[in-house]
Amino acid sequence: MTEHAHGAGESASARETVLGRVRDALALAEAPRVEVPRDYRTGRTLPDDDLVGLLTDRLLDYKAEVRTCTADRTAETVAEALRAHGARRVGVPPGLDPGWLADFDGEVEADSAEVPAPRLGELDGVVTASAVACAETGTLFLDGTPRQGRRALTLVPDLHVCVVDRSTVEVGVPEAVARLVPERPTTLISGPSATSDIELERVEGVHGPRTLVVLIRTDV
Amino acid sequence: MSSTFLGMPAAPPRSPYGTGNLRGEQKFPEAAHGELRNEQLRRNLGKATHTIRAKRLAVTGELPDWERLRDAGSAIKTDTMNRLPELLEELERRVTERGGTVHWARDGAEANEIVTRLVKATGSEEVIKVKSMATQEIGLNEHLEAEGIRPHETDLAELIVQLAHDRPSHILVPAIHRNRDEIRRIFLKEIPGVDPRLDSVPAHLAAAARAYLREKFMTTKVALSGANFGIAETGTLSVVESEGNGRMCLTMPETLISVMGIEKVLPRFADLEVFLQLLPRSSTGERMNPYTSMWTGVTPGDGPQEFHLVLLDNGRTAALADKVGREALNCIRCSACLNVCPVYERTGGHSYGSTYPGPIGAVLTPQLAGMHAAKDDPNSSLPYASSLCGACFDACPVKIDIPSLLVELRHQNTEESGATAEKTAMKAAASLMKRPKLYTKAQKASRAGRLLAGKDGKLSHLPPPFNGWSATRDVSEPPKQTFREWFASQEGQAELRAAAPQDDEGEESR
Ligand code: SF4
Repeated sequence: MTEHAHGAGESASARETVLGRVRDALALAEAPRVEVPRDYRTGRTLPDDDLVGLLTDRLLDYKAEVRTCTADRTAETVAEALRAHGARRVGVPPGLDPGWLADFDGEVEADSAEVPAPRLGELDGVVTASAVACAETGTLFLDGTPRQGRRALTLVPDLHVCVVDRSTVEVGVPEAVARLVPERPTTLISGPSATSDIELERVEGVHGPRTLVVLIRTDV
Repeated sequence: MSSTFLGMPAAPPRSPYGTGNLRGEQKFPEAAHGELRNEQLRRNLGKATHTIRAKRLAVTGELPDWERLRDAGSAIKTDTMNRLPELLEELERRVTERGGTVHWARDGAEANEIVTRLVKATGSEEVIKVKSMATQEIGLNEHLEAEGIRPHETDLAELIVQLAHDRPSHILVPAIHRNRDEIRRIFLKEIPGVDPRLDSVPAHLAAAARAYLREKFMTTKVALSGANFGIAETGTLSVVESEGNGRMCLTMPETLISVMGIEKVLPRFADLEVFLQLLPRSSTGERMNPYTSMWTGVTPGDGPQEFHLVLLDNGRTAALADKVGREALNCIRCSACLNVCPVYERTGGHSYGSTYPGPIGAVLTPQLAGMHAAKDDPNSSLPYASSLCGACFDACPVKIDIPSLLVELRHQNTEESGATAEKTAMKAAASLMKRPKLYTKAQKASRAGRLLAGKDGKLSHLPPPFNGWSATRDVSEPPKQTFREWFASQEGQAELRAAAPQDDEGEESR
């Protein structure tokens, strides 16, 4: 017998009953084993320029703002993006390279688990790195590691400047998913939040950051 | 077969009668009759389904391996159902290892009780909710309210529906039956402290909802969610969304409770590479939805520090026990079948009387809740809420053969209700079904004709993907009527009426 966690007052019987029903159902309607055909596209690559071009195209299509630079101009480009959106008070995850904010003349606050998440609403924006990006869908993957921070940090403030390194960009979804570490809290972001709930008219920016700036570093 | 299996297998029970939201008050034809007169509903639905349909075709057409992805998705789901016991146990083990607690619920009432008890244990009198079909199916909101707990829906459309004391009418855009002026009036009446000068510009309405909900996100200690996928291999759960309300609910509160149907489990993390392509493209017609969250148990210092997963049966095992019907459990709730369905487009979601509307609802609801739980069970009419045109099968990202399931359910219905004239008709249908080529040809011929006929019933040219097909095959003459005409015709009405066993012309008209 394995140990199972059950809430107070709950018996193991619901578990045994449901699993018993599943087994009964499969016994009543036995089905042949299936082989899963996996001949869809995987392991794709593209030349660097095409890859960055595709990602840029898809990001723009989803109303993200895209800036491209080389690594030595990171601080300059980050500062430009923050200035363009009038951000004065900016949060960063604890592990972000402080050099990235070197040219920014506003206030920089390093986030920590001690800061109550609602207080993040006082920030004008946030600057983070990213784990992986998928060019074909224009998707950024954040995985909660120290350069990206906890999930609330990139959710509560209204502006998110996200730095994407060329080496982390994959062509398609299978290639990107293969680079994830499943146990990490992972957020996939494709453009700013949006709703089409009112007469199907698209409205950008509901609860997440209303502005997403993606800074692609082409030589890292 | 599992080694722990002992004795004769028993047929698993359906969702208990009189609980949850899997049964309407009227049969489909009567319910549809009222809705058919609702001009606004029809206009809004027409616009929505056609817009999403066009977007879906554009983004699925972009992928040269779309059909291969569908094949993979379909096979992964079938394989999952075959191995459900081991996968559920593996999921439970992984979630538990990562600091979560797993609960099992035999039916909706039990799930409601578990959730209520968990919420009460936190001391919170309100909860924030991410749109979730499973919790709607079991009537969780109603139960919580009766227990003194206020659930706040946070998806914009669900909020509109909740504030209007209404029911959702579409899986993806639940408030599609409301227009902007109505929504403005609902907000003015129901949102405390809303600016009385609020106009009906969608962006302003969305901003009003943002301001109202932000306070809830920041202060509510418990969130309830469903799950699009639960990965057995890693214990990872995933919620796919657009607005960011899902991220808020999954990130900000101290406690997260997720209710997941047992059929939502997937074997491997890598399977997401298939479903994260199939779902957004089929659902909203986007290459990727704005936000997808994945979490595994509890992560110290990030997000809710208490996590509960409630695994729900509520008739799913009854569906699993049906060799044909079980395919409906493969559904990933993308709503593509709704958007291509001529019956749904015409009648709207409310006519189906269930949380699950449209073609998938017509096959899933009767299996979860049964068709003969009471005299004149409204669910017995659902398998007839279709012209069997086959558009849903073509659209479905996991290739669920909804038309065949409908025919099978009609067959089961006549077996149970004992209408002999119908039995004869079903035998004829069954013999057609046994000749796959002839059946497919009949299906395709009628489908192509019906789909392509414009409002005036004229067929001009065959657009992709049908042009490839018509170039290589003999096209039978398409039906002379458009669906609209068919629906209004005696024949169409007779087919819908045939659903009602008390009707003496209880015979399939085709
Ligand atoms: S049956 Fe297929 S098309 Fe319909 S909602 Fe489910 S997955 Fe989508």
